Amino acid sequence: MPWLTLIGLIPLVGAAVIWLLQTARPADAYVDDLDEDDPAPDPGLVAAAEAAVAARARIVALVTSLITLGVAVVMAAQFDRGKAGEYQFQEKLHWIPQFGVSYALGVDGIALTMVLLSVILVPICVLAGWNEVPGRRAAHFFALTLVLETFMIGVFAARDVFLFYVFFEAMLIPVYFLIGLFGGPNRRYAAVKFLLYSLLGGLVMLVAVIALYFQGKGGPDGFLITSLTGLHFSSTLTQRLLFLGFFFAFAVKAPMWPVHTWLPDAAAEAPAGVAVLLVGVLDKVGTFGMITLCLPLFPDASRWAIPVVLVLAVISVLYGALLAIGQTDLKRLIAYTSISHFGFIVLGIFAMTSYGQSGSVLYMVNHGFSTAALFLVAGMLIARRGSAQIADYGGLQRVTPVLAGAFLVAGMSSLALPGLSSFISEFLVLVGTFTRYPVYAVVATVGIILAAVYILLTYQRMFTGPARDFSAGWRDLNAREVWVMAPLVAVIIALGFYPAPVLDVLNPAVSRTMDQVHVTDPGPTVAVQPAAEGTNP
Amino acid sequence: MTHVMQAAAGGRAVIEQASGGLQTGAWMLVALPLLGAAVLLLAGRLSDRWGHWLAVTLSWASFVWGALLFFDLRGLSPEGRSRDLHLFTWVPAGAFKVEAGLLLDPLSLAFVLLVTFVGSLILVYSVAYMEHDPDRRRFFAYLNLFVASMLLLVLADSYLLLYVGWEGVGLASYLLIGFWNHNPNYAAAAKKAFVVNRVGDLGLSIAIMIMFATFGTVSFAGVLPNATKASEGTLTAIGLMLLLGACGKSAQFPLQSWLGDAMAGPTPVSALIHAATMVTAGVYLMVRSGAIFEGAPTAQLLVVIVGAITLVFGAVVGCAKDDIKKALAASTMSQIGYMMLAAGLGPVGYVFAIMHLLTHGFFKAGMFLGAGSVMHGMNDSVDMRRFGNLSGPMRITWITFGFGWLAILGVPPFSGFFSKDKIIEAAFATGEGWRPWVFGIASLLGAGVTAFYMSRLFFMTFHGRKRWPAEAHPHESPLLMTVPMIVLAFGSVGLGGLLTLGGTFQNWLEPVTGKGIESEPVISAPLLPYLTLALVAAGVALAWRMYWAAPVPEAAPTGSVLTRAARRDLFQDDVNEAVFMRPGQYLTRSLVFVDNRGVDGAVRGLAALVGGLAGRLRRWQTGYVRSYATSMLAGVIVVVLGVLAVRI
Repeated sequence: MPWLTLIGLIPLVGAAVIWLLQTARPADAYVDDLDEDDPAPDPGLVAAAEAAVAARARIVALVTSLITLGVAVVMAAQFDRGKAGEYQFQEKLHWIPQFGVSYALGVDGIALTMVLLSVILVPICVLAGWNEVPGRRAAHFFALTLVLETFMIGVFAARDVFLFYVFFEAMLIPVYFLIGLFGGPNRRYAAVKFLLYSLLGGLVMLVAVIALYFQGKGGPDGFLITSLTGLHFSSTLTQRLLFLGFFFAFAVKAPMWPVHTWLPDAAAEAPAGVAVLLVGVLDKVGTFGMITLCLPLFPDASRWAIPVVLVLAVISVLYGALLAIGQTDLKRLIAYTSISHFGFIVLGIFAMTSYGQSGSVLYMVNHGFSTAALFLVAGMLIARRGSAQIADYGGLQRVTPVLAGAFLVAGMSSLALPGLSSFISEFLVLVGTFTRYPVYAVVATVGIILAAVYILLTYQRMFTGPARDFSAGWRDLNAREVWVMAPLVAVIIALGFYPAPVLDVLNPAVSRTMDQVHVTDPGPTVAVQPAAEGTNP
Repeated sequence: MTHVMQAAAGGRAVIEQASGGLQTGAWMLVALPLLGAAVLLLAGRLSDRWGHWLAVTLSWASFVWGALLFFDLRGLSPEGRSRDLHLFTWVPAGAFKVEAGLLLDPLSLAFVLLVTFVGSLILVYSVAYMEHDPDRRRFFAYLNLFVASMLLLVLADSYLLLYVGWEGVGLASYLLIGFWNHNPNYAAAAKKAFVVNRVGDLGLSIAIMIMFATFGTVSFAGVLPNATKASEGTLTAIGLMLLLGACGKSAQFPLQSWLGDAMAGPTPVSALIHAATMVTAGVYLMVRSGAIFEGAPTAQLLVVIVGAITLVFGAVVGCAKDDIKKALAASTMSQIGYMMLAAGLGPVGYVFAIMHLLTHGFFKAGMFLGAGSVMHGMNDSVDMRRFGNLSGPMRITWITFGFGWLAILGVPPFSGFFSKDKIIEAAFATGEGWRPWVFGIASLLGAGVTAFYMSRLFFMTFHGRKRWPAEAHPHESPLLMTVPMIVLAFGSVGLGGLLTLGGTFQNWLEPVTGKGIESEPVISAPLLPYLTLALVAAGVALAWRMYWAAPVPEAAPTGSVLTRAARRDLFQDDVNEAVFMRPGQYLTRSLVFVDNRGVDGAVRGLAALVGGLAGRLRRWQTGYVRSYATSMLAGVIVVVLGVLAVRI
């Protein structure tokens, strides 16, 4: 059973259905009018027809994304957890054998986790964007979202460097249109900026991808990741340049300081659901690429780059957090918190300890959920108030207590409150960094104080104080909004208490990566009696 | 049964597996109140009518379980009273593996009993105190969340799980300080408490990281018995970081600034969280980590110094406050200073630290509830200058508060006498050279100042001339409030004696804390209690002259420089603002500016450059095939050269 192709195809089919329905049906409305020799279509009928298009589109989108989720869960159930370090559900077809390009898919523990993150978030975003776009334009909105889902699954499942690159670049197209067509007032600038940054990163990577091919053995399987790992590079410099080519693209995507400035614009202008997919999943391709491509393909260069990368990561942690404190726009604020969180993720990856890297990948998952919750609550606030300016809010806790509670849970997850999922990943990253690079870890730990400031300051500004006039007659969360938030909150709490199911599939994949980079965990400095370790009888 | 923890220095007990239903079901201690919080929050308005009773019931259920567990452990031999209950593998990340488990031992059980008993009493009190609040259900949900987190904090068998309870109580504290956050000041106070606590959490985080890097584990059973194997430098680093954490949670110098503002929370919250239990978690951490501090004399000395500074600091501030709750908060800070000081004296002080923590939990909670009762009868006023002579209309409140007052003064035979005098004696007896003198005299003087400001508080509120505004009609509180106060008053009277006589509590804790070597104080030991009592009497007499015999002005007089400084909490907020807040704001603003103009501007400049290049490139688009071919050739050559260059 080609599970991965199937999961990737379902959203694409859904998108096609949405587009077909929107071109076929509304014409009926006009036909009736024409029969009566009335040259101008009745505006009421047109509006009704357009509403019908929107209704069909979102139902198809929701059903499709739920089916995708269901199939992905069935696949995950068959994943052999004992062999999570190996690639499973492999598929391979020669695509352009002359250049060694194959259509090769497969997932290990890390990739499976990321695929699951994507397919869980998409239906939530569809539900969150239910009334985001009125009329027939809704069809484009939902169809593009589904197309994006296909590409996201593809990029995480690709086992061929060239195929990875194709998906990596293809993702830009739906996102560009989603921001450019459905975003806020400054959407064009934001969309173009996003595209230029990503294209620049992508072009540098393309050069590296092609050059990497020539370093390998070539042949029809030449671009397979397995054919390109463990290469003997022609020179140290070559390996380092190729590493930098890949790393630059991933750093732009992640995004790290100083190539981060596209994210606040893009996230602020994008509709909430799109911002979730952009920051929650798309950006993870950057850090995913670092751990699954940079490290195994260029092990020596990766170790060579550690000091610089760690410095950039720590700067990202503190810089993103400080910038978040200084924001006046809620969505830009969330974007800057993400830059801080991405700093942690990169830190954990390049600290080169197994628990640090497991923590980083778990962080990618947890950050996906907690940032999704934050962006979606922001979207619900903006839908009510029509503004993303923090100063336009205040005193909402008594008016909409459930909404306030949802924000607080999302915020607590963002500041990594122990007991919630993000704490475990953040602590693993920090402890993983500490055992090898204590100074970096200690400096990065300051981020936990700044996180408390940016979350609680925002909560204070928006939700506390006396109720203000603007919120008169406001309703608390409706059923749809509760369904958007409930799964996220449930996951955030459940993974905080019991992260083992995720960590268990990540650990073997991370160990394999550690082997590929030829690093081992530093041991404790004091030999502890084995008896003190075990607590089982 | 496996013997998990090897006997450490000082003959500490081994830890055995939990056995029997009471022990293996000990997770219910945490789960019951947590369930209450979840039900109340999820059921929403549906539970408005019965939610508070559910919360009260579940909290008492936890107490009953804890009490049964106490008798269960007491039936065992002293060495066998440490039991580990393994729950599940919590964080399996390769070499970093943390098990979730509970440690049932004399120390944690002492806390369980304190938290559930005092907590349940305060929950009962709150049923009446919060009766007219529209959000009473949410209040009880948060209180239950607090009780669950506090129990997790003291029962956790590893530092990482302790951290979960540690932040859980911080969250509950944040939610409850800001319970009336429609008042912007209260919202700011809540945030301040959380952020200052996070500074402490930074310390706790780093301490746990050093532990893992050193011992490869973060469980008590893995770290503490092996502490002697680590270098003194490492232990000092861990100790200092733990102390930072304790300073945040226990409002010790220099992280004390949040506690006074935390009085914004409803008074039962101040009684439970900001007096009896949560703020003492730092002391628990110090005592639990005794094995680390014993190997790190520098860190240990700093614990004593922090305790001494805070006990004097709090006492001075307490003398100047007219807000009854803020005066009590300053007193709490000062009393925890005593506990920290004791905890820094090593095994000989641990028992007294924890005993003072228990007696303080009773008498201070009782006094806070009394303050709440006064506020209840006085239209929520907290200004002691507008109280006076309330002993008449509020007889039960007056008497119960009076017992608390006598207890904190350390008048024999009330509770505080047994616990505080022992700390003073130990301070005079520990260390060499200047240490016993400095710390002994600090704690001795602290006792005198405490007597002054607590008597000031007591006299201004209950005695002297009545100074109420005309619209106040002071009246005694309902039974639901007075009964908990009466029960706590019994504790103020008898708990100290009960724990001390026959060395009951010392024997109980010894398997955990080890046995200290007692030495002679530098001042004659039999003389010391008289010296203390003389100072206390002087303090009371001074307060009597100033606040009972003489009329108390309704507007605060300007006062001396010291009084004005103490009213401003010795400029703690001004310092924090000048040193951290303003530079932080400046840094943030300039970074925002740089990010908008600088980093982004540079990139935009690059974009303009590309645009200009594109304009020139356009001129090459001549439409001549040969020029296209040339440029294609050039392109191919570049690519080929690139490929060759990389290959070489």
